[in-house]
Amino acid sequence: MVYSFPEEVLEYVFAFLSSDKDRNAVSLVCKSWYEIERWCRRRVFIGNCYAVSPQIMIRRFPEVRAVKIKGKPHFADFNLVPERWGAYVYPWISAMARSYPWLEEIKLKRMVVTDESLELISKSFKNFKVLSLSSCEGFTTDGLSSIAANCRNLRELDLRESEVEDLSGHWLSHFPDNFTSLVSLNMSCLGSEVSFSALERLISRCPNLKTLWLNRAVPVEKLASLLRRAPQLVEFGTGACSTEIRTDIFSNLVEAFSGCKHLKSLSGFWDVVPAYLPAMYSVCSRITKLNLSYATVQSPDLVELISQCSNLKCLWVLDYIEDAGLKALSSYCKDLQELRVFPSDPYSAEPNVSLTEQGLVTVSAGCPKLQSVLYFCRQMSNAALIAIARNRPNLIRFRLCIIEPQAPDYLTLEPLDTGFGAIVEHCKELRRLSLSGLLTDRVFEYIGTHAKKLEMLSLAFAGDSDLGLHHVLSGCESLRKLEIRDCPFGDRALLANAAKLETMRSLWMSSCSVSYGACKLLGQKMPNLNVEVIDERGPPDSRPESISVEKLYVYRTVAGPRADKPDFVWTMDEDGALRFS
Amino acid sequence: MEGVMSHGNDLNLKATELRLGLPGTDESTSKNNKRTANELVKNSELLNGKSDAKARDGETVPASKSQIVGWPPVRSFRKNVVQPKKTEAETGNFVKVSMDGAPYLRKIDLKIYKGYQELLKALENMFKLTIGEYSEREGYKGSEYAPAYEDKDGDLMLVGDVPWDMFMSTCKRLRIMKGSEATGLGSGV
Repeated sequence: MVYSFPEEVLEYVFAFLSSDKDRNAVSLVCKSWYEIERWCRRRVFIGNCYAVSPQIMIRRFPEVRAVKIKGKPHFADFNLVPERWGAYVYPWISAMARSYPWLEEIKLKRMVVTDESLELISKSFKNFKVLSLSSCEGFTTDGLSSIAANCRNLRELDLRESEVEDLSGHWLSHFPDNFTSLVSLNMSCLGSEVSFSALERLISRCPNLKTLWLNRAVPVEKLASLLRRAPQLVEFGTGACSTEIRTDIFSNLVEAFSGCKHLKSLSGFWDVVPAYLPAMYSVCSRITKLNLSYATVQSPDLVELISQCSNLKCLWVLDYIEDAGLKALSSYCKDLQELRVFPSDPYSAEPNVSLTEQGLVTVSAGCPKLQSVLYFCRQMSNAALIAIARNRPNLIRFRLCIIEPQAPDYLTLEPLDTGFGAIVEHCKELRRLSLSGLLTDRVFEYIGTHAKKLEMLSLAFAGDSDLGLHHVLSGCESLRKLEIRDCPFGDRALLANAAKLETMRSLWMSSCSVSYGACKLLGQKMPNLNVEVIDERGPPDSRPESISVEKLYVYRTVAGPRADKPDFVWTMDEDGALRFS
Repeated sequence: MEGVMSHGNDLNLKATELRLGLPGTDESTSKNNKRTANELVKNSELLNGKSDAKARDGETVPASKSQIVGWPPVRSFRKNVVQPKKTEAETGNFVKVSMDGAPYLRKIDLKIYKGYQELLKALENMFKLTIGEYSEREGYKGSEYAPAYEDKDGDLMLVGDVPWDMFMSTCKRLRIMKGSEATGLGSGV
């Protein structure tokens, strides 16, 4: 005899489930649980906009309040995905405008968003609260004007790292005078100057504003006035801080910062004159996140600032920090969890700063909570990697970029296989890994054997043969995203592991050795995958089947081949024929 | 060095040369067409293990990586963060020069001129016209052209009124005005 709770009770219980994994598990229990759950799911995350269609989403989840959708593959960040590839959000917005009148939140990443879409959003959802456009493109400041003017209950407007056609700063002035609900504003990616008085008034009338990331155009002498109106800020990003230092500007800034008792996160600092940094000393002890990756100041000035941030959890910085600065970091910031070191001069062959593998080793030794690393450098050794692995078995994300492709261990001139092998062997919780340097198939053997929790792997100029790819696809049980460029991986490993691809979100391979014939075969074998060949040389049919394709993007989908492909993308169809968009 | 290459029967660089494209090999094999021939040679050297030889002998590596698309993996908004720190002495002071009626603009480096005379001569040469002599009272009388510039405040000013150094630091762009509009500017009103 099966006892069952009344629907209302189950619904009440399900409301406590916030994780998608849990909700998905609940949906599989039985038909009635599936039904109850789908009516009360309020948040949907779509990791690949082409894996499912808006119609399918709406049919299954009729009462959604928040959607998060991701579009282009990650390598689009580095210009590897051609223009017009896709990831248009308009069909989603248009479908949701009809079916989700109570939608409150839209978060998009790497999607193409037009002004038309923004206008539709602003007019379709009466209770719209959160718009987050991360690394998006395709819209102008006119679209922002629609949002500002029409979304009466807007709480968050976050444009981080998007490419916006900046027609003018006038959009900000479209927030009505009675608009007071703003909690978070990130306009750091915009170029134009907004009306400063409009900005001041906006900030003054929004008492709940917690996050404010200004754009570069707001000069340092105007910051004090803004901070005085928003002492409750928790996250603050300055504009450019390049105005010649003056005592009055400096002392105003000191005073303004000292009034901000809740600041936890600082960013901005474009072109910052080092003499301004001490103005922030009063807030340093509370700072947990510091983004200095636009600050072109030298190591001693960075160290001065960082040494006051004893509670720092997350630091993004340029390699100006150098090994010496990282040593200081490791001794002052014992709570550090995340470190990202970006290259100040990525294209010069010779190092312009004294930053080596040693800096990272020191931080790994001195910061026991370090779990997330992104590090650009010009030399690495197996010994250093082994030391890092032993020091920090709690690493979750490890992304290393040695700037010269295929650079060997600089001490022994050997490949870095054993070093990275140590990383995956010791760091059992590793979820994300990016490799660089000279690597043979052996490193992939280590990865396939040990990296059981690995979800995302990025490879470039690595490996010797299909065996490498085979190790990864057959060994990495948790793998969801694999992105590969310029590696000698071809047909055999791909076809032998075709079934694996259905368990993953996506596979990207560019400048590898996968033949057109193999792509066709894969498309035939695997009806639940979209096997998309990207080739700007013209139809793959016009070349022999053995020729390698330029780029390949394979992803699982329940929506079938996509209908919006540009003329340089072909979906390998089930019946083996080419289908043009 | 040999350690790099010896991985038994799975190593077969020939099979992977589809990606490398050494000069003279079959051009129809797959290559990233965005790379230049030079780039392909560079890459093939790298991928044939020459990089460690280079490192050992202390040879200089190729001067710039910027030709490999998307490498190093740095977002485009991060690429412009650091302007190479040139000293004032090194950078030019390029300003746009427009001429009324011309289809496209030109650019000149103000730093290479020692004074107004040289500048005006250069403009006369560039645009094939006569500007004439400056006088405080009459502006550029006797010519149908008047050289003007846009200053820091966005105002349109006649060239020649202020000392050369001040002009150099405040001039944002030049405009050669023509005809009636020009004569209105400086000639005794």
